[in-house]
Amino acid sequence: MVQGLQMLLVLAIAPLLTGFVRWVKARMLRRRGASPLQPYRDLLRLVRKEVVLAESASWLFRVAPYLVFTAIWVAAALIPTFATGLLFSWSADMIAIVALLGTARFFLALAGMDVGTSFGGLGSSREMMIASVAEPAMLMAVFTLSLLAGSTQLSAVANFMLDQSVGLRISLGLVLVALLIVSIAENARIPVDNPSTHLELTMVHEAMVLEYSGRHLAMIEAAAFLKLVLYASLIACVFAPWGMAAAGDGFFAYLVGTGVYLLKLAVAGVLLAAFETSIAKMRVFRVPEFLGAALMLGLLGTLLLFVTRSV
Amino acid sequence: MGRTFAALIGRATRGTDLRPWPRLHADVEGWLRAAGGLRDGAYGLAGYWGEPGRVNLALIDIPTETAEAPTGGLCLVSLDCPAGRFPSVGAVFPPAIRLERTICDLHGMRADGNPDPRPWLDHGCWRAREGMPGAAPAGRATDYPFLPVEGESLHRIPVGPVHAGIIEPGHFRFTCSGETVVRLEERLGYVHKGIEGLMAGASLERAAHLAGRVSGDSTVAYALAFAQAVEAATQTVVPERAVWLRALMAELERIANHLGDIGAICNDAAFSIMLAHCGVLRERVLRAAALCFGHRLMMDKVIPGGVAADLTTDGRAVIEGLLAEVRARLPELAGLYDKTTSLQDRTVGTGHLRPDLARRFGCGGVIGRASGRAVDARRLPGYPPYDQLPFDIPVAEAGDVDARVRVRFAEVVKSLSLITHALARMPAGPVLATISPSDGDQPAEGLALVEGFRGDILLWVRLRPDRTVDRCHARDPSWFQWPLLEAVIEGNIVADFPLCNKSFNCSYSGHDL
Repeated sequence: MVQGLQMLLVLAIAPLLTGFVRWVKARMLRRRGASPLQPYRDLLRLVRKEVVLAESASWLFRVAPYLVFTAIWVAAALIPTFATGLLFSWSADMIAIVALLGTARFFLALAGMDVGTSFGGLGSSREMMIASVAEPAMLMAVFTLSLLAGSTQLSAVANFMLDQSVGLRISLGLVLVALLIVSIAENARIPVDNPSTHLELTMVHEAMVLEYSGRHLAMIEAAAFLKLVLYASLIACVFAPWGMAAAGDGFFAYLVGTGVYLLKLAVAGVLLAAFETSIAKMRVFRVPEFLGAALMLGLLGTLLLFVTRSV
Repeated sequence: MGRTFAALIGRATRGTDLRPWPRLHADVEGWLRAAGGLRDGAYGLAGYWGEPGRVNLALIDIPTETAEAPTGGLCLVSLDCPAGRFPSVGAVFPPAIRLERTICDLHGMRADGNPDPRPWLDHGCWRAREGMPGAAPAGRATDYPFLPVEGESLHRIPVGPVHAGIIEPGHFRFTCSGETVVRLEERLGYVHKGIEGLMAGASLERAAHLAGRVSGDSTVAYALAFAQAVEAATQTVVPERAVWLRALMAELERIANHLGDIGAICNDAAFSIMLAHCGVLRERVLRAAALCFGHRLMMDKVIPGGVAADLTTDGRAVIEGLLAEVRARLPELAGLYDKTTSLQDRTVGTGHLRPDLARRFGCGGVIGRASGRAVDARRLPGYPPYDQLPFDIPVAEAGDVDARVRVRFAEVVKSLSLITHALARMPAGPVLATISPSDGDQPAEGLALVEGFRGDILLWVRLRPDRTVDRCHARDPSWFQWPLLEAVIEGNIVADFPLCNKSFNCSYSGHDL
């Protein structure tokens, strides 16, 4: 029951987080900004609109949005948000999350190339270039965490981090930075990609989905909203697990957990907006260097663990 | 000055109908010698246009590869071609090719020997050509053969003419190897309005109105160019106060546009905070203009004979307040630009324009000055009141996007001090003189070169004895900047094109006529 609630909660607040980040950014630029609820209206509008398909689109192009959305939703459901020890937590681990995200990206990139327009191909090729570094970096971070906690289960990691005995570890710091970099790249945020650009030639994620419209686009947009929540939850769950309810806690604990979780998301949103406002987008070919740093940090984190252990 | 050009071109007879610069009526041999002089860099190309039965070539004595101690003087070389054929200048001087293709499109004349016979502005769907009513039937756009590119693993990216942002229409055809651009080919002409056709027969009032709408963001500069050309043709003396007010408006327009450009360039690198800051400042300038002159862009405020709106004491205070605010805020913005390394990483070294190319194409404005070309129509040939004002021309040598941003910052500072001078030295008095009536039955011609925010705008007008416009031609600075954008992007990555393009910010409307 709680697992089901969590899945719905994640789905329900995903557009709100994106809308909130946009709103905070607008306020920082001294604009009035659209209401944080705007993404809900956008989704509703897209669902109502008819789908325009390119003549050269195959079945893959039509099913990809649903596949992408499902994969990311399931991945998001695996992450403990307001409570640990959920039903799914024991059935799938962090590596499964990485795999699900990889699957989603694979289908999106295929769909981008399916229609055969130059922008789809351009976006897919750039996305794959980014993914080829972002995915190993993510995995390295996962390995470090699981080595530390002795488990790849996120609930176990969260419980381990809640334990007072963890203390400050260099490896954890390195992993945090690595995860932050990966999440920025994966969510197509500045400086890797610009989610609000109108310049076709600079797009990565947007170029891949340029041919989508109507409910297909709504699914892809919803998947992108979910992804942002997923990464924010992941980082919050691992590095700030306070306030989460444990399995079997009472109703009140769950309520507190939800409140704290929403607060964490809000903080993440404000930080993301502030970071995006203060930096320019980097050249496409700088992105692998940027992500390479994340990969190296993950690797260093793992190595340091062994070094400190042997001492 | 005319004698020097005459010496260079040789067999040509001097006309008396053009003011303030001389005109040479050349024969075919003189025409070819003029083209040869362009090729050898003896002088620069200022304009090249047609009218029924005649082609005109405006030459300017400006720093080129070989010219020494240039005076900035202009000279118009005209060739009568009743048979509709004339020898191509583009065959020996490539910057003239697009202008020549336009002459062919608009007037149905043929340039013998032009290496590129494709149409340029004409997409095959006009009802009539200017000067040749009913000559071309209406139709669907014809297929346009883009230049072929050969090689392994090259792919093409067509962009536009309709873009995702709110910008003017133009088509760009990229040929890329991976992310690197091998060739860019532009296709323009989507905003052809038939300005020259509309101008023919228009009253002075309507023509001034039209001139101010050739390229809306440079409305003051265009209106000023038209006014100066008409005043030269009719030998009208403009009241002193109007001359200063025109400079004031022109500099306000320059500040507003440069601020907008700086913000837009940074925004293309996803650094939106600069756009926000610049947007606020630009808005202040526009509001001050609205308060003082009754129009945010000061459209139709510069008219032949003077200006249509005087500056009141209140208006003076508004401008002074504006100057203080921009002066206070500008160093912060320049500092923000300097200190943001992620932004510098994008702009430095991107879109490098070679100085020799800029010189060859006679590229003026910010783009030319950022590539080491110290030219400015306010200095060379110069026009009142700038000849009485002390200012130097900001020049950068680097020729990249960063240099173009820095020159824009420097020019805003210069314009601020020019406005201060203008306010201090502006005399009281009338602001509008009547255009002197014709003293005979001869048409009168005028030529003007005015510095807009993009560069030098050339405007030529021929008035009938009843003071209506017979023909008028406006040459936007973008004519000599668009071709360079193709050269600049080569070897850069596709994703840097928006940045290069925005740092050029060429006009589509002014170019498409």
